[in-house]
Amino acid sequence: MNTLITSTTTVILWILANAGASAEWHRFRGPEGNGYVPGNSELVTELGKPTTAWTAPLPGRGLGSAIIIGDKVFVSAASGPEQNKLLILCFSDRDGSELWRRSFWATGRTMCHKKTCVAAPAPTTDGKYLYVLWSSNDLVAVDLEGNLKWMRGLTLDYPNASNSLGMSSSPIIADNTLVAQVENDSESFAAGFDLQTGVNRWKIDRPKMANWTSPVTMQMDGKVIVALQSGKGVMGISPSTGSKLWNFSNGAATIPSGAAAGDTLIIPSRGITAVKPNPLGGEPVSLWNQKTQKPATASPLIMEDVIYFTNSAGVLTAADRNTGKRLWRIRMKGPFSGSPVACQNGHLYFFNEDGLGQVVNITGDIGEVVSEFDLGETILATPSISQNSLYIRSDQTLWKFSAKKE
Amino acid sequence: MDYPLKTEASMQLMLVTISIPVSITQMRKCLLITFCAFALTPAGQAEPSPGLPEQIAIIQAVGTEGMGNKEAAAAFQKLSHAEPSSLLPLLKAVEPSNAIARNWLRSAIEVIVERATTEGRPLPLDALRDFLNDREQSPEARRLAFELMLTIDRDTTEGMIPSFIDDPSNELRRDAVSQILVRAKKQLADSDEAAAQTYRQALDAARDVDQIQEIAKAFTEMGLEIDLQKHFGFLTNWKVVGPFHNLERAGFAERFAPEANLKLDATYTGKESEVTWQPLSTSDPYGKVDLNKPYGKLKEVTAYAYHEFDSGKTQEVELRLGCKNAWKLWLNGELVFGRDEYHRGQRIDQYKMPVTLQKGLNSILLKLCQNEQKQDWTVQWEFQLRVCDSTGTAVLATNRPAPNSSK
Repeated sequence: MNTLITSTTTVILWILANAGASAEWHRFRGPEGNGYVPGNSELVTELGKPTTAWTAPLPGRGLGSAIIIGDKVFVSAASGPEQNKLLILCFSDRDGSELWRRSFWATGRTMCHKKTCVAAPAPTTDGKYLYVLWSSNDLVAVDLEGNLKWMRGLTLDYPNASNSLGMSSSPIIADNTLVAQVENDSESFAAGFDLQTGVNRWKIDRPKMANWTSPVTMQMDGKVIVALQSGKGVMGISPSTGSKLWNFSNGAATIPSGAAAGDTLIIPSRGITAVKPNPLGGEPVSLWNQKTQKPATASPLIMEDVIYFTNSAGVLTAADRNTGKRLWRIRMKGPFSGSPVACQNGHLYFFNEDGLGQVVNITGDIGEVVSEFDLGETILATPSISQNSLYIRSDQTLWKFSAKKE
Repeated sequence: MDYPLKTEASMQLMLVTISIPVSITQMRKCLLITFCAFALTPAGQAEPSPGLPEQIAIIQAVGTEGMGNKEAAAAFQKLSHAEPSSLLPLLKAVEPSNAIARNWLRSAIEVIVERATTEGRPLPLDALRDFLNDREQSPEARRLAFELMLTIDRDTTEGMIPSFIDDPSNELRRDAVSQILVRAKKQLADSDEAAAQTYRQALDAARDVDQIQEIAKAFTEMGLEIDLQKHFGFLTNWKVVGPFHNLERAGFAERFAPEANLKLDATYTGKESEVTWQPLSTSDPYGKVDLNKPYGKLKEVTAYAYHEFDSGKTQEVELRLGCKNAWKLWLNGELVFGRDEYHRGQRIDQYKMPVTLQKGLNSILLKLCQNEQKQDWTVQWEFQLRVCDSTGTAVLATNRPAPNSSK
């Protein structure tokens, strides 16, 4: 009985916490890390100059998503010929004016493939502090006014933890712990960091193989757990201790991340696979697998009972979350590096690598592209949604789209 | 700066240019230098905020794995309210600090500047200029001072850029080289001779690879020769031995005979036959040494490359390696660093390893492992290694062969 009460309380608290966060965008792919945020029903469905609220120039490269807290918009960046000047930028949500910026000298390697960049991971926040990780393995916590709380140089601490192509995994917060995957061919690990001091709460070895996926939160027995994906599969862990709860050993993609809704985890694995944690531990319960459906670089989006993902040909597929059965598919203008996002307005938002924004109406029997807008710059980032506004960044510019206020 | 090289544990600090001081002796040294910085504050400046040396010392005590972060955050809060006159001591504190502490100091400087600017309080321009002109200070901090000066008096500050042509700060030097390159490009329209002279001036000063490559391209287009190997300080003449095995990537950890018993006249048991050392040189302008040339395009193999570098004196240098295969590097028999990553990319100066060369002959041994991958982008089995100082200026061996002898 006590267990039941504890579990129920945990679920209620979790729902409340996430409901509170739904008006803001706290991490890569939104409050639940699956691309969907409830509410925001007045978000514009037409992208264009009339709905461009503001643009802000960016002083360095980056493809990590914008993070929105209250009236502030945060992005990370890196500048200089070797991208070794790391930046955190804070903008006013009202007009896009820059409120402050902080700079750091990279302490780790900044080499990466020319397509990606050092500011590839999206920051995250607990609403009080912003936690920013760069591909150089520099990890910084600042308060919302830009005061440094702590800093780690993970390559100083673990000198072979790097990938010469660049790292991109975005850290997340779960159970008062900052969880980051620092996975590569050499000194590969995942760690949980104390939010207040940055010291390790735990650190575990991970498969020695390059991996660009991000940790995902999901439910298990009424508790929030974290799923760590790699080429070997997915491991469910306790975020506060790093202890293994279960292991999916059937392999998984190393670029698109999984997505969770409740206790269902959608994994880019042998096509696409849905699993549910086995309370007894070991391999999770397999719900379904669709071998012919294969997400490419962009991660899948879960919106209520439907999964949306794009393949390497730019085809958008909608599939039933409970069965994996394809509902419809349409050809989009790809390729996509950034992942799609959605809110409660019946539309999906995509930006392809050429900078073409595309809005898909999903209220009919089949998805329909209802708006296109060319930003004119390469877009590799995933957009963010908050307070009926959409945010997207390139290496040079941050855009905000919203309805014009009368 | 002291860079320990003796043990596997100390090896972990090797791939950064500033080690983290974790000993009491080093902390005391930081504190002493910080107090000296206060003593050197120019006359006429307002006194820095009280307690500043102690707060700086707390920040300088941050160490590995988050050690000291909590205390540093408290000190930072106090520092962030310091007077603008505190900027100079904070900038001076950068040089003796470790890489993490440097960033704490930088962040404190930015917050103080931001507050002063918001409140309309002047920044100490003269003190910043004096700091910028002191080439003994941290190159990164001097660059930061330069950037702060730009916000106060852009025209005058930009006028200083030509004087950075031989600056130990690569960032400052880069700006000076950029100006010369703009001039050279304009001269190309009128006179190749004048442009060549200007490009030559730029080459002498340039340390950043992209600028050097831009200059080399211009030289090529003008039909002029340029010795990039010498400019960078690439080691071009090696002795190599192999192949040994690297089945399932196990060769990286296995101690083959050349590691255990380095003898240039020895015969070893290789992967499939007896193997001996043989000379291998490169004419690649960027010093790439291709092991596929002597051995063929093999897979799951290991080879060693050896070079003797005659240093005219005991000196601190950097060994800078570019390699997309797994590798280990020894200097005078001691392991400097190793990395078991395959085919994730290669570039000049990919790994910067500060070491101390002894006067006379120094042995450099490099282990290079090729893995099992079959894709066309995994064929390369090569490296490029140069010796330079911390700014990237080539350090040439006294026994360096004449340019043509490597071709």
